[in-house]
Amino acid sequence: MSDRATTTGTTRDDDDIVMSLENVSVDFEKEQGVVESLFDEPETVQAVSDVSIDIPENDVLALVGESGCGKTTLGKTIIGVQRPTEGTVAYRGQDVWDAKDGRGDVTVPFDDIRRSLQMIHQDPGAALNPNRKVLTTLEAPLKKWDPEMSTEDRRARIFALLDRVGMEPPEDYAHRFPHQLSGGEQQRIALVRALLMNPDVILADEAVSALDVSLRVETMNLLLELQEQFNTSFVFISHNLSNARYLAQEAGGRIGIMYLGEIVEIGPPDEVLNDPQHPYTKVLRWATADLDPTAQEMTDPPVRSIDIPDPVNPPSGCRFHTRCPEAREACTTTAPELGEEAATASERCAACHRTDPDHEYWESEPLDGVEAAESPTLND
Amino acid sequence: MQEHRTQGGPDSADPIIEARNVCVTYDLEHRDAMVLDDVSIDLRRGEILGVVGESGSGKSMLANAMMDAVEEPGITTGEVTYYPEDGGEPVDVLDLPTEELKEFRWEEVSMVFQGALSSFNPTMSIRGHFEETLAAHDYDVEAGMERARQLLGDLYLDPDRVLDSYAHELSGGMSQRALIALSLVLEPQVLLMDEPTAALDLLMQRSILSLLADIKAKYDLTILFITHDLPLVAGLADRLAILYAFELAEVGTATQIAHDSKHPYTRALLQAVPNLDAPTDSMRPIEGTAPNPAHVPDGCHYAPRCPLATRECHEETPPWVDVEDDHRSACFHSDEAEDAVPFDLSEVSDA
Repeated sequence: MSDRATTTGTTRDDDDIVMSLENVSVDFEKEQGVVESLFDEPETVQAVSDVSIDIPENDVLALVGESGCGKTTLGKTIIGVQRPTEGTVAYRGQDVWDAKDGRGDVTVPFDDIRRSLQMIHQDPGAALNPNRKVLTTLEAPLKKWDPEMSTEDRRARIFALLDRVGMEPPEDYAHRFPHQLSGGEQQRIALVRALLMNPDVILADEAVSALDVSLRVETMNLLLELQEQFNTSFVFISHNLSNARYLAQEAGGRIGIMYLGEIVEIGPPDEVLNDPQHPYTKVLRWATADLDPTAQEMTDPPVRSIDIPDPVNPPSGCRFHTRCPEAREACTTTAPELGEEAATASERCAACHRTDPDHEYWESEPLDGVEAAESPTLND
Repeated sequence: MQEHRTQGGPDSADPIIEARNVCVTYDLEHRDAMVLDDVSIDLRRGEILGVVGESGSGKSMLANAMMDAVEEPGITTGEVTYYPEDGGEPVDVLDLPTEELKEFRWEEVSMVFQGALSSFNPTMSIRGHFEETLAAHDYDVEAGMERARQLLGDLYLDPDRVLDSYAHELSGGMSQRALIALSLVLEPQVLLMDEPTAALDLLMQRSILSLLADIKAKYDLTILFITHDLPLVAGLADRLAILYAFELAEVGTATQIAHDSKHPYTRALLQAVPNLDAPTDSMRPIEGTAPNPAHVPDGCHYAPRCPLATRECHEETPPWVDVEDDHRSACFHSDEAEDAVPFDLSEVSDA
């Protein structure tokens, strides 16, 4: 096991890395009817394709992309809920799925890993049992993982955390049912439930999208405070660039842009958003409305097709080439790479041929609908 | 500054729908389940009016009331008048008999809701929906289908492929666009859209909005666009109406509202919206929570959360104040809002 840590080739101090994903892919088989299943091989969709990424302690990674881009699947793979089809997922050097299957020399038991990696969902109303009081919901995980703990200790811990997330008086909130709470309060209960386990990483899947605009900043501020106090890392999934940017920027974290199962650009939010290198990131920026009506014109979408291609048959070469406003012949055959350093680096990386001024891309023919006549420019 | 509340404020030269003192309530006896409280607003011919409010602010009720579509046991009171093109006889919408209301709803004013999948019949092809709609309203089906193909093309859809599909075979963005095409097939004058893009990805949302701007110009439409997302509609709409807890807070041009709002709630909302360009430390949440429809406060509904609230705010309904030409704010303290809730868009977007 110990040599795994040295072969990851990371530049960071490995003690710092909580989760490490190497060349991870996740395939899903498409559902088939009974008759179909007799004659056809099931179609597979690659939800995540060859992603390597590290999550250090006390970090924020915001994953952004359109629906179906694999951001939730990647998030679940990071917290060890989704088993990868290929590649490895390690928690502090211990392969998560080896631990689960009891393969090899397990240094960290799977139960400990499971407890260190928590999740809060998009719809807090659906994530809480409507027939249970908040207190009962919150006691359940503590009873399961620490049956020795006395009732008083358990309640004291729950009340303290409720207090911490601003639900005062905690005794009052603890005895309510979920329907007696507002959406923002339900989301805080879900957060408390995750925090009770003292997790290393929390996956927040669209955790603020369902909330009202006026509650989003408040909820994100709460996440940031808790991150600081509890040393927890967040993987924050959003289709909204503004929310992702707020959280990643405030936490000094990274933002990762996903398209059809791949991370196409990743780095600090101000670099990725203020000077996007990947054409897809630029498109997402266009899609994010500006508050100032005089600054936004209703221009045509800067993509050659506004619909996403079928993920069962992802396009060859660069997967974005069917929609990319800059695509050329070279993009249809060779897939650009994000680069090995992308998993850990604090600098931005983009998977686009245009970032390489010597690439054959610049000599090849523009595709239909792409404006031609441009020479390599060094973006700096 | 002139002050008035019930009359006159929203008057405009050429309204297509005029709503006056519209209330929706679920219990007349007790008046305590008011979900739309005394709203007066004009939808002007040829404009895009954005109605912005948080969830539970009554914004969908406003659209439903405008075509008398509030579901039982909700009761709509007040007046809604529709002015047809070329000076035809004004129509009192809330008084229309059922049969005429049915015609009015598709042929004059049509509506697009969030979540196209639930608007389409899953056992009928998209073509079936178009043909059925045309036939039910005694339209020439052949000519109507020609128009349908054109509308689908305008919305970046392949007409043949989409018409032969069932709703579940299309992506969310495609079926939502097909629904917009369907709502326009009877050539209505007005399109009421209730969060038409809310379940979609940002890129699809913006793409649909830019298509809407084109379609509106091409087919000479008037659009009421309801959303919780202020930045989304700010660039599309000519005017914005801000709704808070079942009553209108402020109405003005999109630029006036975004740059020069005179209502403390609007300003707080502008501050709270996560924005790509603003410095992150300029974004602030709004203190407190929105009121429950069963316990709406007396006086100004925003008073319990408002930093400017004085005794009269808690006791009396604030008057409409004309703060500028075409810009009105329902606030006792309109002239203090700017200082109390600082928000400068030019600072924010240049950062």
